[in-house]
Amino acid sequence: MSARVGVSATVGLRRTVAALLRKELLVELRTLQSVPGMSLFAVTTFVVFHFALNRNTVDGDLAAGILWVTLLFAAVLGVNRVFVADAEQGGFDGFLLAPVDRSAMLIAKVLTLLAYLVVLELVAVPAFALLLLGASLGPGLAELIATLALGDVGIAVIGTLVGALAVHTSARDLFGPLLALPLLVPIVIGGSRASSPLLSVTHSAGAQGRWLLTLGLYDLVFGLIAFALFDFLLED
Amino acid sequence: MRAPLLGELPALPLHEAGKYVAGAYIVVFVLVLIYVAIMALRLSRIERDLGELLELSARAPEHQTSGDEDLSARESTLAYPIEGHT
Amino acid sequence: MYGKGLRSLSIATVAAMALALALVFFYAPLEAEEGFLQKIFYIHVPLAIVALCGFVIGGLLAIQHLRTRDPKWDFRSYVAIHMSLIFALGALITGSIWARGSWGHWWVWSEPTLVSFLIVFLLYATYQPLRFSIEDPERQSRYASVFAITAGAFVPLNFIAVRLSSAYLHPRVLGSASNLPGPMRLTFLVSLGAISLLFVTLCKYELAAKHTRAQVRALRRRLAGEGVELPRRGRSAAPSATTIAAGRSGA
Repeated sequence: MSARVGVSATVGLRRTVAALLRKELLVELRTLQSVPGMSLFAVTTFVVFHFALNRNTVDGDLAAGILWVTLLFAAVLGVNRVFVADAEQGGFDGFLLAPVDRSAMLIAKVLTLLAYLVVLELVAVPAFALLLLGASLGPGLAELIATLALGDVGIAVIGTLVGALAVHTSARDLFGPLLALPLLVPIVIGGSRASSPLLSVTHSAGAQGRWLLTLGLYDLVFGLIAFALFDFLLED
Repeated sequence: MRAPLLGELPALPLHEAGKYVAGAYIVVFVLVLIYVAIMALRLSRIERDLGELLELSARAPEHQTSGDEDLSARESTLAYPIEGHT
Repeated sequence: MYGKGLRSLSIATVAAMALALALVFFYAPLEAEEGFLQKIFYIHVPLAIVALCGFVIGGLLAIQHLRTRDPKWDFRSYVAIHMSLIFALGALITGSIWARGSWGHWWVWSEPTLVSFLIVFLLYATYQPLRFSIEDPERQSRYASVFAITAGAFVPLNFIAVRLSSAYLHPRVLGSASNLPGPMRLTFLVSLGAISLLFVTLCKYELAAKHTRAQVRALRRRLAGEGVELPRRGRSAAPSATTIAAGRSGA
């Protein structure tokens, strides 16, 4: 078993993360294998919802639910792909040989997923407003962005952790969603409860602080857990 | 003391409630029994395996290979106990 | 090694369960609102509490495993989680029966404990498939430990989150364990103790059985090393001697 490289890494954490992040985003830009698929999936899902629910517009709780569920499933598609290239093309081995802090890979992957989710939402939320949302986004937009941001961080952290767990199993496409969805339920709870008043026709109240607090705390706790455990997943 | 839901939860008559209570306790009992049954199956399999091994070791020629010491030293302790259901 | 003390544990468990059942049906008073149906409380809630503690303990044992790399901790973590899953199933079924008796539906979303349980159950149901889909035994135990720790941390967070989401909509339906009058509290505590003992006994039982099976396999391998002819065994997910030797040599 390879020994852990301790704190005395020869290359700084920030530089390593920057380098890894650049690599990830470059690869995605060139191959376009995750983000377009995720975005297209979200938009298609909205169409499916229209037919499944037999509704032209939704608002309030229903709108929040549809939005978050769609984002969740689209995100899970991205999670499945996060580590696949590394596992198949030896990216892990190369990284393990480098004299860098291993947490850099965790941070880089989380930031990558976060970037994917942001792009996904830039496409999906306007599509949602266009296709299904009965209310207007305007009044609650800033709070909605804050809610989505907090939710995204949580999805990115858990997605990275689960992606790393699932990549070495024999049915990685199955285990990604199976592991991720229960762990993401609190994010769905916080996100949809917070978004629901923002997506209603009667903009009666703003997002309740308690849900944003829940999201934030959940992100923090799982961020710490992922940080503590990730090294163990990388060992050879 | 309790949440004020009295009006929504009228007490079921005894013979009706009794069925549910009995059902719940029986389910737990059955779960434990199923577990005991599974363990009994495993035990009988272990017994059969050991019997076979005992028989074979009695029949085998009594030669000690030198390579065997290495293998047994490492594996006679609990090598890796997690395995699928056989 | 694991079988030691199992007999006295089992006897204690039987005694505790008998006492608990006697208390439940002959001593605990009938509840004002729910009547006889409330008696399910004494089996459902202890099952739930013990299952949850078992999951968290599984996570703690997994932490030990990652710290010491001793496989026995992973072994114990696996058994704790496996047993907790069975107890969680029992809690879900008894909870559902209680819901059916109280509300007329086999499932209610308004009871946050039950809902949290469902989510936790769905998560831990992936534990075994996850384990057995990773071929390399060392990696399998390492990844399983990471999962156990993550999921163990998730359990309390999930409860808080679900409780928050329903708290201000529906008041607790199926009752809480606090504010119990004296005789009920005694009965509840005895039931809790009995179910906890049952958990420990069954875990020990499982540990002893698995350990024995591993020793039989080791014996089989040793005899194979001695050149004894062995019949082919059936399908097994157990790692072969070669993978274990390879894993060990890297340690």
